[in-house]
Amino acid sequence: MSAVSGLLAPRTAAIAMAVLLLLVLPLWVGNAYYVNIASQILFFAVFALALNVLVGYGGLTSLGHAGLFAMAGYTAALLLARGHGHLVADTAALLVTVATAAVYAVLSLRATGIGFLMITLAIGQILWGIAYRWASLTNGDNGVNVSSRPMPFGLDLSGADGFYYLCLVVFLACVGSMAVVVRSPFGASLRGTRDQERRMAALGYDVWLIRFWAFLLSGFWSGVAGLLFLYYNQFISPQVVALTTSAEALLMVIAGGTATLLGPIVGAALVVIMKNVVSAYIVRWNMVLGIIFILIVSFMPEGLVPGSARLWAWARHRLRHGKPKPAAPGPVAAPPASGGKEGVR
Amino acid sequence: MSLWLTLAVNSFGLGGLLFLLSSGFSLIFGLMRIPNLMHGSFFMLGAYFGVTLLDRGVNFWVAAIGAGLLTALIGGLIERFLLRRLEGQVLPQVLLTLGFAFIIGDVCLMVWTGDPWQPATPAHLAGAVQVAGLFFPLYRLVILAVAVVVAIALWIMVDWTRLGAMIRAGVDDPPIARVVGIRVSQLFTLVFSLGAALAAFAGVMGAPYLSVYPGLDFEMLPLALIVVILGGTGSLLGALVGSFIIGFLYNFGQAMFPDLAYVILFLPMLLVLVLRPQGLFGKVVT
Repeated sequence: MSAVSGLLAPRTAAIAMAVLLLLVLPLWVGNAYYVNIASQILFFAVFALALNVLVGYGGLTSLGHAGLFAMAGYTAALLLARGHGHLVADTAALLVTVATAAVYAVLSLRATGIGFLMITLAIGQILWGIAYRWASLTNGDNGVNVSSRPMPFGLDLSGADGFYYLCLVVFLACVGSMAVVVRSPFGASLRGTRDQERRMAALGYDVWLIRFWAFLLSGFWSGVAGLLFLYYNQFISPQVVALTTSAEALLMVIAGGTATLLGPIVGAALVVIMKNVVSAYIVRWNMVLGIIFILIVSFMPEGLVPGSARLWAWARHRLRHGKPKPAAPGPVAAPPASGGKEGVR
Repeated sequence: MSLWLTLAVNSFGLGGLLFLLSSGFSLIFGLMRIPNLMHGSFFMLGAYFGVTLLDRGVNFWVAAIGAGLLTALIGGLIERFLLRRLEGQVLPQVLLTLGFAFIIGDVCLMVWTGDPWQPATPAHLAGAVQVAGLFFPLYRLVILAVAVVVAIALWIMVDWTRLGAMIRAGVDDPPIARVVGIRVSQLFTLVFSLGAALAAFAGVMGAPYLSVYPGLDFEMLPLALIVVILGGTGSLLGALVGSFIIGFLYNFGQAMFPDLAYVILFLPMLLVLVLRPQGLFGKVVT
């Protein structure tokens, strides 16, 4: 007994419990509606984790990731509509998305800080323009339908449960690969370029190349998330490429707390649940999204998880001593991603 | 022949409009280093204010300036009470302005509904002028003239007046500027309001031929971005040249490759980024 508990460190045990809960989720949730929401959380978490590679670990805030997400979806949808098989369409979609990420990287890595953000935003809007205006290719505002989900190894994914398990497998693969990357020498050097760009260059690291590879990794997983999104909805339209999607993904990353693995997952869950709850009562999702952005910036600039802890500690202190600590609930320190590194290189 | 000439005149008109839009963005970004992602929203909000005033029978110029003042007030309040607290923090500034962009977009949808509004071109500016046997749409020329006047006024203000010198001092070294008695924070609020007013004014000027509709905000924002990336950050001359390049590309692209017009707009930006990342008239930041 003691040998077993010695093997299971608390952290490992917590992860094992979480995976187990996720594995049996369709059994205890039961209702297909909620299983579908769980699927959404999983593939948006993959998207948020992908964006977090750049925002959290690379210190590069992209506002154009909807372009990568939708590039995979559109490529696959258009190939499927032209009669190609799922395997061909999905492989091609991922290749095209990674190639697009390379183009993004070559252009946007000319700058850091605001410059990087503006360039990714502009490229994202180009792709939106293609999806919306180049109607002969993309069917414009009407979008593209996908008639069926794939059946890998003869497994049926048309139901809510089957699709949930597909999302879960992809999600676990993504989290696993992220954990490996973050702990690898590459992950360390990526964080190095975020915190000490000049020192890394002086040490002989190719800062540009490290960021380039990070962008490709981010693009790949964004593409995977985009494919799951396409198969989940079996439909894609220019709305997916809109700035709102990029902003939502950024919200997921920042709401949970950047530069952690858990943060974007929590953020994705929060945003998806909130979006579903809010949409049930009011139609003003964009306004809610905007208000959340402003509240987070004003009160919890470091993310919800660390931010709640700080506010809680502050409130307790205040209750006991009646006076606020000097470091009151205002924005104390910016998250590392924002550290005043601005301007075009 | 006359088709190309008409296209050229339209291009100058659109270029002038883009300059009114992006000069405000360039001013805020170049002087205060704030990436104002609600700039497109100021444009749209101003346009809605303008069409509402026009609908009540207000004179066109009064409506345009009134919309500019109203939007300047809103922009000034946001800067004074929220953006001010985030000085020098890029990511929070981005999130705050993006948050307001979504809120403004949604409020506009609520107040002015989803139907497009297109005010008539004011009677005294409608029609065409005849030069050397060719007809030119008067309104496009008026926009061009207004843009040129604004460009000269801004240039004089920033480079030649006491106010401009104070603003530049506040940007270069805020603590020293404060020591010598310059109220830097008030100046920054003023600059931000001026940028918002220019965007809103552009929105009203553009309303008669672009019309006003939901989503206009995020269509105009990238245009302001590409003009500024193209011309170089903080350079008014860059914004002017960039605006006309984009104006020409859009009109000629629309005529020759209608499907791809929106994409062609971004080509010069991509070229500049690869060949001259600081922009055509930008200074290298060292």
